[in-house]
Amino acid sequence: MAESGTTPDGYLLVLAILLPLAGILLSFLIGGRYAERVTLCSTPFGFALACAIAFHVGQAGKPIVYAIGGLPPPLGIALRADGISAVMLIAAAVIVTAAAFYARAKFATPDGVRESRGALTFWIMLQAIWTALTIIFVGGDLFNLYVALELLTFAAVPLVCIDGRPETLAAALRYLLFALFGSISYLLGVVLFYGAYATLDIPLLAQRVQATPVVWTAAALMTAGLLAKTALFPLHLWLPPAHANAPAAASAVLSGLVVKGSFFLVLRLWFYVLPSLPTENVAAVLGSLGSAAIIMGSIMALRQARLKLLIAYSTVAQIGYLFLVFPLAAGTHTWSTIGWSAGLMQVLAHAFAKAAMFFSAGVLAEALGHDQIAKLGGAAHVLPLTFLTIALGGLSLMGLPPSGGFSAKWLMLQASIASGQWFWTLPVLGGGLLAAGYVYRILAPALSDGQVTLELPPKRSQEVIAFALTMVALALGFAPQTFFDFLEIGRPMAAGLP
Amino acid sequence: MSLLPYFDVGLALLIVGVAVWIIAARDLFASVVSYVAYGLLLAFVWIRLYAPDVALTEAAVGGGVTGVLLITAGKRLGALKSIAPEAQPGLGFKLRIGVLAALVAAALGAVMIMLPDPPPSLAPQAAAAAAGAGAGLGNPITAVLISYRSFDTMLEKIVLILAVLAVWSVGSDKAWGNTPAPFRQSKPYAPMVFLAQMLAPIGALIGLHIFWVGADAPGGAFQGGALLAAMWMVAMMARLVEPPRVDARWLRLALIAGPAVFLIVGLAGEFVAGAFFAYPPGIAKPIILIIEAFMLLSITASLPMLVAGPPIERSEK
Amino acid sequence: MTPSVLAGLVGAALVGLGLYGLIIHPHPLRKLLAFNLIGSGVFLVFGIIARRGAAAGFAFDPVPQALVITGIVVAFAASAVAVALILRLAAVAGSVTLDPEAWTRPKGEDAR
Repeated sequence: MAESGTTPDGYLLVLAILLPLAGILLSFLIGGRYAERVTLCSTPFGFALACAIAFHVGQAGKPIVYAIGGLPPPLGIALRADGISAVMLIAAAVIVTAAAFYARAKFATPDGVRESRGALTFWIMLQAIWTALTIIFVGGDLFNLYVALELLTFAAVPLVCIDGRPETLAAALRYLLFALFGSISYLLGVVLFYGAYATLDIPLLAQRVQATPVVWTAAALMTAGLLAKTALFPLHLWLPPAHANAPAAASAVLSGLVVKGSFFLVLRLWFYVLPSLPTENVAAVLGSLGSAAIIMGSIMALRQARLKLLIAYSTVAQIGYLFLVFPLAAGTHTWSTIGWSAGLMQVLAHAFAKAAMFFSAGVLAEALGHDQIAKLGGAAHVLPLTFLTIALGGLSLMGLPPSGGFSAKWLMLQASIASGQWFWTLPVLGGGLLAAGYVYRILAPALSDGQVTLELPPKRSQEVIAFALTMVALALGFAPQTFFDFLEIGRPMAAGLP
Repeated sequence: MSLLPYFDVGLALLIVGVAVWIIAARDLFASVVSYVAYGLLLAFVWIRLYAPDVALTEAAVGGGVTGVLLITAGKRLGALKSIAPEAQPGLGFKLRIGVLAALVAAALGAVMIMLPDPPPSLAPQAAAAAAGAGAGLGNPITAVLISYRSFDTMLEKIVLILAVLAVWSVGSDKAWGNTPAPFRQSKPYAPMVFLAQMLAPIGALIGLHIFWVGADAPGGAFQGGALLAAMWMVAMMARLVEPPRVDARWLRLALIAGPAVFLIVGLAGEFVAGAFFAYPPGIAKPIILIIEAFMLLSITASLPMLVAGPPIERSEK
Repeated sequence: MTPSVLAGLVGAALVGLGLYGLIIHPHPLRKLLAFNLIGSGVFLVFGIIARRGAAAGFAFDPVPQALVITGIVVAFAASAVAVALILRLAAVAGSVTLDPEAWTRPKGEDAR
């Protein structure tokens, strides 16, 4: 149906959403140990769908679209997958699959029990996070994205407190309240957009939007809400306790994917709905907040006694890098594409590297019985693969070659110099130095000659999964130019230029 | 008719006044009870805004069911004597936040006055689609919820299921599979039991009626379902029935029935009507009613489960 | 003053009041009440936009009203999850403070 805007391969978008969604319903109904099996069985299909979507987007050279119910916007809802959607879908599929296989050891239903609280909750929440992220990546309607954000919150919060300890309950409650504030602020912005233009479809809004106070207010509200959910400084207080105290598989998904979901929507808002507006001031503010996050998060990471808290503060810092994409990719200059590539590469490299680090921290904590950095003396000799993973993941976080992190930071430096905004090089380089500091804090005692006893042998499968993810983070450093061209598919330029 | 502006202004002042009391009251319980009153007052505002469907939903869900949830929470918190008192923030902090909040409110009010005139609207498109995609439904809001933006509604039902599981998951491991705590510990008063026995069937009938007429008049699955849920809760409060076990198969089936039927019909739409979530033209209205019926079942099941809370260990009863 | 303009100003006031309550109250249940206040203010803004959109024989624009109905149900679900967390936290720890300092683990303990 060409008139509704649906492209022939658009049905893949619906299938990609409905697969994990059906998994939720099936797991909830038959429960017990089947929830795990449903999740594990659906992961290869989800990955295949993500790859198929990427293939079709690449082949067409433009976004694939599906008008749900055959009813086009503004009355109906459309799904739209462009270059960055496809890439994020693949990343989400890989990390969710990795988390699913990693978590089998801890969240299998115990023998002799038909159904257990922890297992059912984990497997259904994991599928729910996957469903919500898929909708966020391919959604084209702002209110649909609001419901997806709520779904993401309701799925992520119980994972934080799944082991029932009081501090995790408090962290989950704080996370929930921040997230609810974020959602309602976002919704208020959406209301104002509707009141001004009577549509919530992203391309339609982009056509109609103008630089009026209503639009600026709406954009500010939506951005403030999404910043709270992405834990950008100064709204980051909820993240370290929540991510550090969750089980390792959950922390990996939370730090690697969940915070990227709300960031993705900030990108959609500023680069897809509002590119025709003069956004230099806003870009500068976001870049400044990002820089503050990089410095502050890294300094806090240096001061942590526990490994998982250090990694969580590292997330706060690395999220700061993401917001440098706003000043570095704005407009239609030659350096804008460099900035855009830098931002997306940072999203992907951090997702894989951070997930690998949290997985490794989980293996380490299980094996040693604690995650106190001070007591890690000589641990690398008994857990060689795990510490190799941490070292390689740290390489990406620091921004050393060869790694996706290096690629991202190198592109950021290029873009900031080419655009004459050389001052952004300072937080990029400073953050890299500080990251080297906190990675050194982990590795130095571990590689020393201490003696440490293993309480339990490390699970080889978990170590391998973590290592595989960190290799992906490194492999991203070799991404060819076609990859960066792919990221540009579907990105609207500023007004006046094709 | 000339009294209406005075009524409107009076209602507005009353609502803002109750809202101030919700924030400013020192006692937690007073704040919660004010919220229930606030929810009911809001329903009047919705009626003045020509939104009877929303008024029904606000009264039933926003005022009624949320009220039960918050009052139960307040009581259970009050019963736990060991809660440490909170440190109140200083006056300087309160003043700064007050200024911030006032600025936000002023900016919002100003922006709303600046909304474009003539106001853009999708009402013409909704009217044009009423015969086609709208399946001839007389209530355009039902058409929006179940046809034009059906994907939102289906997602929202998934959100409800997630919320039920989230609530259940905070219970302890040992308690899994049990029932939630009963709505009251002691034996209910005889008048309460009498009221429940009289009210619940009547309320259920009204709820079903509101659901049924929702296709062409104000009402629908959400409003009817909220009323049915309330009647189930009344019966549980009078201990005529007890909350079900969380692993009860019938409960799980009831909870997922709505979104599952939506999903199946949506998938079938690709083959029968040319697009996912489309309805075949001739039988659209019966299909929509079937979907709404299963949604009614799911809403009736989920709202009381959200209020009932996580399963508890036998010793805690 | 038409009902919709008045409702819009009331909505703005509710959002401001709710924001104030959300930030200053330390007790999470009161924060939740404040959040619900903000939510109802946002829904009222939807409502005036729906009323302003009266056209084509309808007294209102049905799309924003449908969105409000969805929003009310989602807000209730959020409240239920928050209440469950608050009650469990109170039962297990005897305190509902959200201050991170209070939950910092004593030295020597570990986490998995």
